[in-house]
Amino acid sequence: MTRGTTSAGGAWFVLRLGSLSWRVSRRAMPVAGILLILIVATTVVSVGQGEYRIGPLDVVRATLGLETGNPDHALVVREFRLPRIVLATLVGAALALSGAVLQGITGNPLAEPGVLGINQGAGLAAVALLTLAPATSGALLPWVALAGGLLAALLIYLLAWNRGAAAIRLLLVGIGLGAIATSLTTFLIVFGEVLEVQRALVWLSGSVYGRTWEHVRMLALWMLVLVPPVLLGARSLNILSMGDAAARGLGQRVELARGSLIVVAVALASGAVAVAGTVAFAGLVAPHAARRLVGPAFEALLPVSALFGALLLLVADLVGRTVIAPSQLPVGLVTAVIGAPYLLYLLWRQRSA
Amino acid sequence: MTSASVTVRQRDGTALRFAGLAVGAAVLLLLFGASLAVGSMSIPLPAVFGGLFSADGSVTSLILQTVRLPRALSAILVGASLGVAGAIMQALTRNPLASPGILGVNAGAALTVVAAVLVLGNPPLATYALFALLGAAVAGALVYALGNAGRGSSSPLRLALAGAVLMSFLTSLTTALLLLDRNTLDSVRFWTAGSLAGRDMELFALAAPYMLTGLLLSVPLARQLTALSLGDDVARGLGQRSGRVKLFAALVVVLLAGGAVALAGPVAFVGLVAPHLARFLAGVDYRWVLPYAALLGAMLVIVGDIGARVALRPQEVPVGVVMALIGAPFFIYLARSMVKQ
Repeated sequence: MTRGTTSAGGAWFVLRLGSLSWRVSRRAMPVAGILLILIVATTVVSVGQGEYRIGPLDVVRATLGLETGNPDHALVVREFRLPRIVLATLVGAALALSGAVLQGITGNPLAEPGVLGINQGAGLAAVALLTLAPATSGALLPWVALAGGLLAALLIYLLAWNRGAAAIRLLLVGIGLGAIATSLTTFLIVFGEVLEVQRALVWLSGSVYGRTWEHVRMLALWMLVLVPPVLLGARSLNILSMGDAAARGLGQRVELARGSLIVVAVALASGAVAVAGTVAFAGLVAPHAARRLVGPAFEALLPVSALFGALLLLVADLVGRTVIAPSQLPVGLVTAVIGAPYLLYLLWRQRSA
Repeated sequence: MTSASVTVRQRDGTALRFAGLAVGAAVLLLLFGASLAVGSMSIPLPAVFGGLFSADGSVTSLILQTVRLPRALSAILVGASLGVAGAIMQALTRNPLASPGILGVNAGAALTVVAAVLVLGNPPLATYALFALLGAAVAGALVYALGNAGRGSSSPLRLALAGAVLMSFLTSLTTALLLLDRNTLDSVRFWTAGSLAGRDMELFALAAPYMLTGLLLSVPLARQLTALSLGDDVARGLGQRSGRVKLFAALVVVLLAGGAVALAGPVAFVGLVAPHLARFLAGVDYRWVLPYAALLGAMLVIVGDIGARVALRPQEVPVGVVMALIGAPFFIYLARSMVKQ
């Protein structure tokens, strides 16, 4: 199935399957390996932390279904902690991939799923459900949020269409529609019961608190469908990031490639937002970090971004659960607090360069 | 942007622009009257006039003097401040999308105020304004720096995007603070939406000096802004010390936007829409644009505030929400017409 053909420089390892081929960066592989190890290690540590502490060995045993000598371990690990932690990992990966694609398409380092109005649309739908019909919530919430996010994205695309959807117009229309959705959300928040409002705010700031395997399954299926097309779009992204003129010159069908990549990126982010609320800055920061680690070629950038995003959310969730225990901070707030200084650092570096 | 209409209108001369200002002032006066008359208890206009100045302690005069008058005055001052702040920012950055709301200046002011309420319990009102000014200044500096990051030169779109990112960050920090303490959440959530409800004379008197100072300082700035809006090179060629002018202008923006947020909470889009209408009516000379922007901003907010009271009676809609519903479509229209390719 695979055949390695190394080019002169030996920087790439090429996998072929019929007419499909995929370049694997030799530089990216160790980086990805280290990130994977860190992810597993952080997961084990994170599962062990909490009001009820469990040693790392017992965590591993309980996860694998082995006997640990304490019947509580299996319950705590497999039903309470693992689902939220696995979900955090998936959400981070999905948002990071989405952000990497959007940054590639727009050529803007500040592009992220949140500014395309997805977060605000999903937020409005979710807050409406939480405040207007607090009794129904629960299982319905992710679907309502997903519908809100996708609807917002669709509206933005339609409004931005003017013989082609220039990326920058998409972003701007997204900001405008986002403002409308935010103001309507504010309106609901002002009139809601303060308890329900607090629940809504937790959702709005992005949280994996109390999530179950049901949520994990939903997002995992969603990603199973959407991640392969993103990865296969790596070559188009390489070309698109050179600018429209160069891309056309290289024979790329610009509108088609860009349109389909945007659809996939938006759908990925919407899925993440639907299960975890609006997690800020993960989609913005992870691709930047990945670019510094493995360079700008998307074949390497996309998987490393996803891994980095997963790690980022894992760490953010761990911090959010432990830093002011027994209270918890929503994971999205932690990513915002981590993300902002990084953004400033990025800025400082580019100014002095 | 509106170059065709601008060149036509420039020939019409000064008299017409004065006339425009006079008409605007008259309309604003009418709106001021309407704002005093409309509410959960309607007061006919003649009674408004009597009630404002009588000291008989009747319900009507009480409502007028303690509730409606400060509210109407706040609307006018906040609107004028945001309009002028937006005009200055648009000239300064040569960016038609610049405004205190979109670039996150309001959100910065809101964050510091919420932080102050949380940390200090219930701080004296006078400090609200100081915290708002601080937040506005920091956010303004940040967004400008962020807008210049990345490949290529600074562009209007880049700055708007940087503002959106900064705003989402600041808003999420504000949310974090509100989550920490339910009492703070309950006491400031109406304020964070941008509202003029319940502003009394005391609060108005505390915040007004900042905005009035800002408005006064903007007068000598106007001529420099016109030069600056033609580009740094032109301004320098005309003998301007651009660096100093920019710093001074930024200070004025902080005073105006910070003061407005301290009084009314973050009200977006006034600073975006008013300057555009002002340039459409008055041309490119900022000695005219600034007063027009002030008048139009005041009208916008006072109309929005009346609408906020009437739309869902007896519920009050925060004026910030009304402004966003009016202003955001305008923003989308601008974005669509600006990006042609």
